[in-house]
Amino acid sequence: MKHNLILRVVSKFLIPLIFLFALYVQFHGDFGPGGGFQAGVIFSATIILYALVFGVDNAKKVIPAYVLRLLASLGVLIYAGTGVVTMLLGGNFLEYGVLASSQVAGQHLGILVIELGVGITVMSVMLIIFFAFAERGRPALNVESESESELE
Amino acid sequence: MIDNIVDITLLSLIAIHAIAIIRMRSLFAVVMLFSGFSFLSALLFIVMDAADVAFTEAAVGAGISTVLMLATLALTYTSEEADKEEKEPTHNPWLPLSVVVITGGLLIYGTYNLPSFGDSNAPSQLHVAPYYLERSLPETGVPNVVTAVLASYRGFDTLGEVTVIFTAGIAVLLIIGGRRRVKPQVENRDSNRET
Repeated sequence: MKHNLILRVVSKFLIPLIFLFALYVQFHGDFGPGGGFQAGVIFSATIILYALVFGVDNAKKVIPAYVLRLLASLGVLIYAGTGVVTMLLGGNFLEYGVLASSQVAGQHLGILVIELGVGITVMSVMLIIFFAFAERGRPALNVESESESELE
Repeated sequence: MIDNIVDITLLSLIAIHAIAIIRMRSLFAVVMLFSGFSFLSALLFIVMDAADVAFTEAAVGAGISTVLMLATLALTYTSEEADKEEKEPTHNPWLPLSVVVITGGLLIYGTYNLPSFGDSNAPSQLHVAPYYLERSLPETGVPNVVTAVLASYRGFDTLGEVTVIFTAGIAVLLIIGGRRRVKPQVENRDSNRET
């Protein structure tokens, strides 16, 4: 799709907007519809759109594979870590009330943090799956420096 | 009145999509129809006032899974047979058709015992739902009840869901992660996990 001018221009214009919308869905999820799951998927959709139009290699420069693996585990860590923090602060596992001075403020903070964890994990897992599929479809990489003529 | 028209239109479009998906032999077209099917389901969820579910359906069902199915098509077909069609079925359709008709009939029969849509006396509305609706705002300060239930009251479940997604990512990486490699003659570098 390298030569498709209209697609390139339109997606360059759209990608920041979709990004912004993903952030809105992520951090506004407690007031409107949405939350970590949806925001993560929308977030990964921007990168997938970028990869489809500008090529997987360019997309991997934006987010390298090892960063995605780190982020995928970081999200789960943030979520479970919030639970551990509430335990250390004297509450039950994932009892957000102890995180701040009042019950309501603690709940709000806790929900925001775990939604962030959900969003990060969902975003990076979706991208990991997409990149795994995209990489697999390309011609085989020659580990040894032998000819790969049989696969061409 | 207008609700009925919208419902009937959406449901018949969904039915048309389903029949078209069964009849179609071109897999690319089928994937696209699946995407349309998901969008229509998302609209149906909007009509039923389930904005969060509709959001997920539109983003995951119509967006990501379509991309993944297209990627699977690209993986399983070489470029020469890119517009290849699904093979004609070789088996007789009557046995599966009768199984589907009987199961569908039983399911429709089962709906006669269900409470009608939005019935305030339905068992699901009488259990914990009133508690959530009345207490979630004063207890959590979050106006969106869905988020309050998902992240706070059922936080443990959601942790499990996130772990499931994480596990799915690991599984995909283990099965098809990395570029396909020509099998090297020397034994195991740590980089070639698959053969």
